[in-house]
Amino acid sequence: PLSTRCCAPPGAAPAMNCRAEVLEVSVEGRQVEEAMLAVLHTVLLHRSTGKFHYKKEGTYSIGTVGTQDVDCDFIDFAYVRVSSEELDRALRKAVGEFKDALRGSGSDGMGQISLEFYQKKKSRWPFSDECIPWELWTIKVNVVNLANEQERQICREKVGEKLCEKIINIVEVMNRHEYLPKMPTQSEVDNVFDTSLKDVQPYLYKISYQITDSLGTSVTTTMRRLIKDTLAL
Amino acid sequence: AMDTDLSSQDRKDLDKFIKFFALKTVQVIVQARLGEKICTRSSSSPTGSDWFNLAIKDIPEVTHEAKKALAGQLPAVGQSMCVEISLKTSEGDSMELEIWCLEMNEKCDKEIKVSYTVYNRLSLLLKSLLAITRVTPAYRLSRKQGHEYVILYRIYFGEVQLSGLGEGFQTVRVGTVGTPVGTITLSCAYRINLAFMSTRQFERTPPIMGIIIDHFVDRPYPSSSPMHPCNYRAGEDNGAVYPSVEDSQEVCTTSFSTSPPSQCVFTVTKAHFQTPPPVVTDTLKVPVMGLAFSHQLSSSRLSYQPAALGVGSADMGYPVLFAGGLNAAHPHQLIGPGKEGGVPPIPGQPAHGTQADQERMCTPLDGVHYSAATPSSSEDTETVSNSSEGKCGSPHDLLETIFVRKVGAFVNKPINQVTMANLDIPFAMFAPKNVELEDNDPMVNPPDSPETESPLQGSLHSEGSSGSSTGNTHDDFVMIDFKPAFSKDDILPMDLGTFYREFQNPPQLSSLSIDIGAQSMAEDLDSLPEKLAVHEKNVKEFDAFVETLQ
Repeated sequence: PLSTRCCAPPGAAPAMNCRAEVLEVSVEGRQVEEAMLAVLHTVLLHRSTGKFHYKKEGTYSIGTVGTQDVDCDFIDFAYVRVSSEELDRALRKAVGEFKDALRGSGSDGMGQISLEFYQKKKSRWPFSDECIPWELWTIKVNVVNLANEQERQICREKVGEKLCEKIINIVEVMNRHEYLPKMPTQSEVDNVFDTSLKDVQPYLYKISYQITDSLGTSVTTTMRRLIKDTLAL
Repeated sequence: AMDTDLSSQDRKDLDKFIKFFALKTVQVIVQARLGEKICTRSSSSPTGSDWFNLAIKDIPEVTHEAKKALAGQLPAVGQSMCVEISLKTSEGDSMELEIWCLEMNEKCDKEIKVSYTVYNRLSLLLKSLLAITRVTPAYRLSRKQGHEYVILYRIYFGEVQLSGLGEGFQTVRVGTVGTPVGTITLSCAYRINLAFMSTRQFERTPPIMGIIIDHFVDRPYPSSSPMHPCNYRAGEDNGAVYPSVEDSQEVCTTSFSTSPPSQCVFTVTKAHFQTPPPVVTDTLKVPVMGLAFSHQLSSSRLSYQPAALGVGSADMGYPVLFAGGLNAAHPHQLIGPGKEGGVPPIPGQPAHGTQADQERMCTPLDGVHYSAATPSSSEDTETVSNSSEGKCGSPHDLLETIFVRKVGAFVNKPINQVTMANLDIPFAMFAPKNVELEDNDPMVNPPDSPETESPLQGSLHSEGSSGSSTGNTHDDFVMIDFKPAFSKDDILPMDLGTFYREFQNPPQLSSLSIDIGAQSMAEDLDSLPEKLAVHEKNVKEFDAFVETLQ
């Protein structure tokens, strides 16, 4: 799910009827991964079901989703995630890339990571399948640098408290019981759910991220400004 | 009519869903307060017994209690199912932390499909409950239970009672699910002036006295159902699931020493206790209100003991020296909560066991080296010379204290060490300058005293009486050859004039130096009202201790 980009490029506005939620966190560099995982796992906990087993006559049974507690090492915080090593690995890979990009050159420590849930709409050849997002979670991250151990200790606790708030926010959104894709028939299940995992079945999702460059603008904006400034002379 | 739209099969299903939802809700809440990490496995093949497609274990005792409370009823308007989570200290005081409410209101959603939508939304709500139970303040408290306190639960059915939560409690909504017979809502009301009784508070500053006092009152509602510990251990009797509370003073001291700068507890040799024992006695008699500020009391006493080795300032904030010292005299009294978690050790336990306890307590603090403390010294109640050998390091080390912080509430890792700067104790000139001198210094190594009881023991066991547990009052006090400051003696020859000149520029008080630990002057001043309140509260103990001085 990470690399497939069958539809709109990252940063494009979500489609109509796509719910969009934005969360913001300020963390220390070493807290980025855990904070992102906490949020992503909490969302996916709510957006994953057990594996479907279709039976005759269009009925299906659903497998069981296990859960487990995760303690953070760099944040005074704990969260619950779905018991699925495959899912955890996929998220860690994405978050790892995001963290590396944040640390890379040209970054002033600001960026955002997005988790988008989409449905596939099959099109006829030669057109490729359409991806229609129905829920988009964006986490804006601001990496701070701390000077000493005391500040770090305070940061551990503060970020922990902030994450508690985020979890409550996420649960609030989930509780609105707004649009969810209809439960699919067997032939349609791969258009709604990611059936590639062996123990759980999350809705189809993709993760993307953006890093703000040091000027705080995207490259295209910079170019436009240069040209404008040149012409203004 | 209300039910015409709902087929009887649907109604039956709905009632079943609500009943099992209530039972699973209780399981999730109680399991989240056990103090352990929960882990269940996903299973792709449906087992048929996992309600709401979630792997939530059923602890039989908890199901039993829930069914008892529900007594065949279901949550309805005005009839809510409540799970009350409270904290009980080893002294027997308890405080309500949270009330989780499963309620039903009249708002009906006739259109909704019971067997499908309602069921899935109930499943989603349970997932939300799993998430929310980890973010209220009681979660972190429950992860640290076992030593000074345990977490209990109580289920009741009927009207929600929130008054035990104190003022300003907060509410968090977990979620709602509409059904044809009403809307199920799940929420949690939690005490917030607990939020700063979190680990942070335990580790640094004491909680505000006044608030704590409010909590330790008799329960306003006689429990219609008994409280139960969340610490469920399969196989044990219901009655023995959590440690019993001892009334003796030992409980108090155990709590005292293991309160969270438990990481700062170290053993000081018995020798150090030849300085006025009543100070320590007084400290020990403070009942453990709030688990953390009894130590604050002692630390303020520390400041009046300039001759006490190594610690001269209340800014230490932690009673380390005294806690450790008592351990030296009676290792089993202070250190270690006991093997079973929470049971305060009683006198008479062999030193080995206690030492193991002590080491166990120190185990999380990997790599931490406490000056003046070695395991061997804890066993040594005999001669002073042995114990002084047990001391590690020079007096210089004694002036340095190693503070550790927990890396995180839930982390099993070696703690980062934060070494404090050298403490400048008043009359630093008179501190022993090197090891050899110290060995000879009668203030450090008083003449051998009878090894049976320390004066502390006597005061510890008796409620204000002066008899020691052995009944031998002669052993209670040991004469110290006390050398008044700036008097001439063999070790540090000094006359008044020299003294005066030397002390024109006294060493800086540690309370005024910026680089000492995490506490600032402001924090100190802030904590003064609490300290005063503590003292005021313990007037009786003070009086008793004054008695012992007469």
